[in-house]
Amino acid sequence: MSELTASPTAAPRLSLRPRPLAALAGAVTMSGRSLRMARRNVDVLLTSLLLPVLIMLLFVYLFGGAIETGTRYVTYVVPGVVLLSAGFGAATTAVSVTTDMTGGIIDRFRSLDVVGASVLAGHVAASVVRNLASTVLVFGVAFLIGFRPSAGPLDWLAAAGILVLFILAISWLSAAFGLLARSPEAAGGFSFLVMFLPYPSSAFVPIDTMPSWLQGFAANQPVTPVIETLRGLLLGLPLGSSPWKAVAWCLSILVASVAVSGVLFRRRTT
Amino acid sequence: MGSELAVEAIGLEKAYDRVRVLDGVDLEVARGSVLALLGPNGAGKTTTVRILATLGRPDAGQARVAGFDVVTERRQVRRRISLTGQYAALDELQTGEENLRMMGRLSGLSGAQARRRAGELLEQFDLAEAGRRTVATWSGGMRRRLDLAASLVGQPSVIFLDEPTTGLDLRSRQAVWQVVTGLTGSGVTIFLTTQYLEEADRLADRVAVLDGGRVVADGTSEALKRQVAGQRLDLVLADPPAFEDAAHLLGGRAVQRDPKRLTIGVATDGSAAHVRALLDEVDPTRGAVERFAVHSATLDDVFLALTGRPADRPETDENENENEKEPAGV
Repeated sequence: MSELTASPTAAPRLSLRPRPLAALAGAVTMSGRSLRMARRNVDVLLTSLLLPVLIMLLFVYLFGGAIETGTRYVTYVVPGVVLLSAGFGAATTAVSVTTDMTGGIIDRFRSLDVVGASVLAGHVAASVVRNLASTVLVFGVAFLIGFRPSAGPLDWLAAAGILVLFILAISWLSAAFGLLARSPEAAGGFSFLVMFLPYPSSAFVPIDTMPSWLQGFAANQPVTPVIETLRGLLLGLPLGSSPWKAVAWCLSILVASVAVSGVLFRRRTT
Repeated sequence: MGSELAVEAIGLEKAYDRVRVLDGVDLEVARGSVLALLGPNGAGKTTTVRILATLGRPDAGQARVAGFDVVTERRQVRRRISLTGQYAALDELQTGEENLRMMGRLSGLSGAQARRRAGELLEQFDLAEAGRRTVATWSGGMRRRLDLAASLVGQPSVIFLDEPTTGLDLRSRQAVWQVVTGLTGSGVTIFLTTQYLEEADRLADRVAVLDGGRVVADGTSEALKRQVAGQRLDLVLADPPAFEDAAHLLGGRAVQRDPKRLTIGVATDGSAAHVRALLDEVDPTRGAVERFAVHSATLDDVFLALTGRPADRPETDENENENEKEPAGV
């Protein structure tokens, strides 16, 4: 027996779909899966919905009185809380990705010829839906405690756009981190990193109240232009160059994370 | 001849971090048959399955599954196979039905087809009642059945089962055996790995024994057992001197020795004539052997016979450990 000469089995069980179409169909199935599971994971669901609201109440009622921002503090802080919760929620993508990669299910997916990108895109899409839901909740409570934005419909649309872009970027970054982590617990650490990033920014206090050595970082880190854009859009303040910086940051993180995820996924699975 | 083979591997080699896991594995599995790849932990069973199921690349060698090359025609292979690994590939937070429908959608079925197929499989695997509960509430045996059901959603022609019953209780193990037996005869090819000779014996048309990354024996279960002696005659000697004499006489033919219990095991075909001849040979004076017993060959015996050393197993008994250190040949 020196030659491999087997002929194909009778009939393929299904025709080969074009690759991009199969990837899209796979991603839709996978995001349905992620959303279903997120809905049933009660602990995580409660944390991701209640934590942002609690943080907002904490800042407005406990710290708010002592912080001078030139406007009512609730008005100042809402964009920051929205961003904090979106980032935190998106970062949990890392845990879902690691759980898939370290369990048996990734082998099953791969032996079904599911495109790797579909698996990751499913988690990211579910993350966007989840975090938009928690954002709506934060806005709802904010209105109840006196948040009065002056934004018109177009401003709201633009704000939603920048928020979705930010969630997308952080979700893909988390997915890349989830591919690096060796256990779901390790992946959980990423949430904390992302959760702390908004603190040294203009999210909760104006940057000029910080020590000068911190101001440089706070003014130039990615979260600040996103917050300034949100705040400007919602409160009708001058936007300056913030929107462009915000979009540039988010797109760079997004493109880099997608590329890195692709490489990591291939390396992890061969 | 080639078209009759569902799995064909030549000279598969694989190393992880310079540790050689596969050292030239050759395998052939006829279409529609069941092959059991038998071996202890660390023999390379999972590595072999992963390569054949396109999840790992061989460092050297070639393999075709369902007629396609596992490296260059990976996608074609994936459309015709399924893999059930050692760890259940299920989402605990989805119901049994949702798990199956998801697998159906991922194998390219429409929503309606996937729903129908999930219903059929739940019925077939006796899981219809639990189908609408999340898998988190299911028992280990039920999960294993669902895992098998999930691997059948896309109607694969070659099914890989990596240690399908490891860690299951007897009842669940029998349920899995029933499922596998039910699949045979329908034209699908089954490639399973196992540590249990009994399982290989019961399910497989052919058994290949993997040891140290090589196939050391390959044949029908019957032939294999003949080769390693299907039975073992255990002799209990009267006293230590009798034990020493018998051990000396039998030498390498003793497949097991236990000085503390004064027991020696010898391979036999189990026939009265052979047992009588052995007894006469060891105990011509009819005073040295006190009792005897005939056992079916175990995986340990197979390994001892084929490789000259015992298979891996949990080390629970001091005596057994001593036995493992004893040099013993075929």
